[in-house]
Amino acid sequence: MSDKTAITLTINGHDHAIAVEPRRTLVDAIREDCGQTGTHIGCEHGICGACTVIVDGEPVRSCLMFAVQAAGKKIRTVEGLAKDDKLHPMQQAFMDHHGLQCGFCTPGFLMLAVGVLEREPDIGDDDLLDVLSSNLCRCTGYQNIIKAVRAAAKEMRGK
Amino acid sequence: MKPAAFIRHVPRTLDEALKILAQVAPQDGRILAGGQSLVPIMAFRLAKPAHLVDINEVEGLDHVASDGQILSIGARVRHAAFHKSVLDNPLGKLLAYVARHIAHYPIRMRGTFCGSLAHADPSAEWCLVAATLDATMVAKSTRGSRPIAAKDFFEGIMSTALAEDELLAEVHLPLLPADAKFGFNEFSRRAGDFAMAAALVTYRLANGKIADARVGVGGAEPAPRRIAQAEAALNGQAPSDKIFRAAAEAAAKAIDPLEDHQTTGEYRRDLVRAVVRRALEHSHP
Repeated sequence: MSDKTAITLTINGHDHAIAVEPRRTLVDAIREDCGQTGTHIGCEHGICGACTVIVDGEPVRSCLMFAVQAAGKKIRTVEGLAKDDKLHPMQQAFMDHHGLQCGFCTPGFLMLAVGVLEREPDIGDDDLLDVLSSNLCRCTGYQNIIKAVRAAAKEMRGK
Repeated sequence: MKPAAFIRHVPRTLDEALKILAQVAPQDGRILAGGQSLVPIMAFRLAKPAHLVDINEVEGLDHVASDGQILSIGARVRHAAFHKSVLDNPLGKLLAYVARHIAHYPIRMRGTFCGSLAHADPSAEWCLVAATLDATMVAKSTRGSRPIAAKDFFEGIMSTALAEDELLAEVHLPLLPADAKFGFNEFSRRAGDFAMAAALVTYRLANGKIADARVGVGGAEPAPRRIAQAEAALNGQAPSDKIFRAAAEAAAKAIDPLEDHQTTGEYRRDLVRAVVRRALEHSHP
């Protein structure tokens, strides 16, 4: 076994001082070491997108990054979307358009869509469709997710 | 589904990275760049490297620069850097068009151009670009720096001419003629999946006739390569449905197809015929 390294992960503005082996993936550290279980683990090899989080403004698969690589970076997870009692426009749109059923894939879809729209607010419908092909959902058939993200994109652009 | 233990090295300079790589390479030490192929392989325990030399903190290596003839791409440049055209040359548009076919958006945020070439998956889009455009790979080690031509670089499935202590520090892509046309097409069963066959074509028109045709095929053989027979079918001819079909047929005939339990050789040839024809039919601009 290799030694543990002391690092600080900054998740949604809060510092978490933890000690992890280099092989610890970011998603495992977020959930197991920092206790932020809103981020889900699906396939653990970069296919399903359930673990998508935003690292320094980039939506990434947190199962394909090691926690030690995220030290000192700004990590955002689903827990950081709502402000007090007010849902993020993306969360509200998923509710309004029935963009979720079991909810397992939802944190990943939310962080993917928010991450991309913050980088590219004027992204076209075709490109948005390509973006949403990144993640898997086994309940909705995707149509309501697409509707929700398009509605939220409009809302986010308006602000 | 958890990677095996390894020791991580975090060099800050290229020299430091090469020194560490030289030390740890004999103990299955490897470069960690974007990690979008290596980490899944480690999660499956297909790879259990004892050391990883993480180059994400190395200064430099993040350049995409043109001198008017060559586009240099450093080892830390991510796929997403090519989402928008990086230079005022048809090559910029070609790279932007191809980039959108690589895996998915979050993968493109992390995965690197050079890492894709060093990994050398037969179906990788950047490997096809490098082979079709005759890229030059710049391999660096403590022993020095050497250029490797694309045709000598790809040796087989996930196998390259890089020595174990060499880092693919930079790739040089030749710019295209200002009047070049390009076409790209790939077939995969789901969006973002590995291509089961892919084709990249470039050519220009001289007096209405095709000149300087390049036809590259990926995902169909152990390594991507130019198909001389297809290029010969195009050069000197006026573009037409008939000529495009003849080139596609020549490519399908020329390959030695990869086969697996889902894909017979005949099916792979059919796919090659289709992607070459589609790449030619939908060329840009």
